[in-house]
Amino acid sequence: MSTAAADPGLWLPRPYRVSRCKRELSDTFTLELLPADGEAMPAFRPGQFNMLYAFGLGEVPISISGDPDAIGPLVHTIRAVGPVTEAMRALQPADEIGVRGPFGSHWPVADAEGMDLVIVAGGVGLAPLRPAIYHALRHRRRYGRVCVFYGARTPDDILFKTELKRWRGEFDMLVEVTVDRATRDWAGKVGVVTRLVEGGGYDPLHTVALMCGPEVMMRYTSRALEARGVARERMYLSLERNMKCAVGLCGHCQFGPHFVCKDGPVFRLDAIESLLAVDEL
Amino acid sequence: MGDIVRIHQMLGEHPFLGELPESVLETLAGCASNCMFAADSIIFRDGQPAQHFYLLRYGTVSLEIRSPGREALLIDTLYDGDVLGWSWLLPPYRWNMDAHAMTVVRALAFDAACLRSKAEADPALGYELYRRFVPVMGRRLMAARMQLADLYARPVKACR
Ligand SMILES: Cc1cc2nc3c(=O)[nH]c(=O)nc-3n(C[C@H](O)[C@H](O)[C@H](O)COP(=O)(O)OP(=O)(O)OC[C@H]3O[C@@H](n4cnc5c(N)ncnc54)[C@H](O)[C@@H]3O)c2cc1C
Ligand code: FES
Repeated sequence: MSTAAADPGLWLPRPYRVSRCKRELSDTFTLELLPADGEAMPAFRPGQFNMLYAFGLGEVPISISGDPDAIGPLVHTIRAVGPVTEAMRALQPADEIGVRGPFGSHWPVADAEGMDLVIVAGGVGLAPLRPAIYHALRHRRRYGRVCVFYGARTPDDILFKTELKRWRGEFDMLVEVTVDRATRDWAGKVGVVTRLVEGGGYDPLHTVALMCGPEVMMRYTSRALEARGVARERMYLSLERNMKCAVGLCGHCQFGPHFVCKDGPVFRLDAIESLLAVDEL
Repeated sequence: MGDIVRIHQMLGEHPFLGELPESVLETLAGCASNCMFAADSIIFRDGQPAQHFYLLRYGTVSLEIRSPGREALLIDTLYDGDVLGWSWLLPPYRWNMDAHAMTVVRALAFDAACLRSKAEADPALGYELYRRFVPVMGRRLMAARMQLADLYARPVKACR
């Protein structure tokens, strides 16, 4: 058994209290959590996730969407898609929730220093990337160009809208948003996120790309990046698979020879691309 | 005469026609004219004959689908440097969507019949045109498929 698996803190959910719940979109919300015992919270790295336990209902893996360098609550942004996440949507300040973690690999933000950073997100996939964006902003001078390319379904589905505007306005960062469909009251871009990648704004030979969203979107994004000259060894993506133990023991999250909970969720593209093959659209 | 020289120069500057030999640009210039659309005007409508295509020099164009009783649905936006329209290449040469100028739009308009006849007479020109349009068509087809797949929609439980 690995030391991680032997650590009871990683098996037993620790009680946290909701300090704030914020509605982001019609089906998406952010929970801010503080330990019920008032003790310190474990540090986390951008891209890592926690297992959140809705008492009596079940446990789900959710990425951390807050600032890894900030002192403050633990932040998770969740889309309500089924029984457990729906129950979490109903949580109110002071309600209790169990937390295990943090688990998994992280975005290579330290290795990417000196490079251009291209961050490509689709839908709620912006949430697991937000800690990497916070990190890049906090250490802005350590990177070359920083580009955030974000695709959402419609203008009403754009996550973290206010922050996207602020990042675009206040920081030396290229922030481009596109939606799959819209009506005429939307003055922004319409089209798929790969179009933003094709538009450039970064130096392909010196770029590290981070991607999170539906797998089909990430596959096409990686091709668009490659067509511009970004090497596959410098592309990273976050994968989602059903999980149970989150410490590499139960096999629930097995993905070829990898366990997504332990070897992922962040993988280098060339390590897993043969496994990503799904039917062509 | 001045206009033709200016159009020739604008063609050479447009990314869609980059690296074309001077002689080809000259041939193309013979079918091109400079044009402008006011903000919020319609450039073409679904079903109309596709008599032109456009190289956008300035502004934003939305491609839209209209259906009765519904607001126009925007499915793509195009900007400076983009090419607008490829229905002029394929029979029955009719537009499949509306194109709406969201802002003031400046473009180079190409007479489709003029270009088709020049391409018929000069296979090298035809090849150059197809070589540039086919990737655009491929990218738009892929984008349409991704949009159709509705990737960001709420997941639906698969039936077993
Ligand atoms: C490492 C990791 C990080 C994640 N981070 C986040 C996050 O930050 N925010 C967030 O909202 N979700 C995240 N997820 C997904 C989240 O875990 C699931 O949505 C959740 O488990 C659903 O549980 P449920 O009981 O509410 O619904 P279920 O009944 O388990 O599922 C409801 C429906 O959603 C589908 N579904 C479940 N999980 C996924 C998935 N991963 N991708 C696509 N469809 C799915 C199911 O097929 C079903 O149709 C993450 C998953 C992993 C593995
Ligand atoms: S969830 Fe148990 S091995 Fe990954």
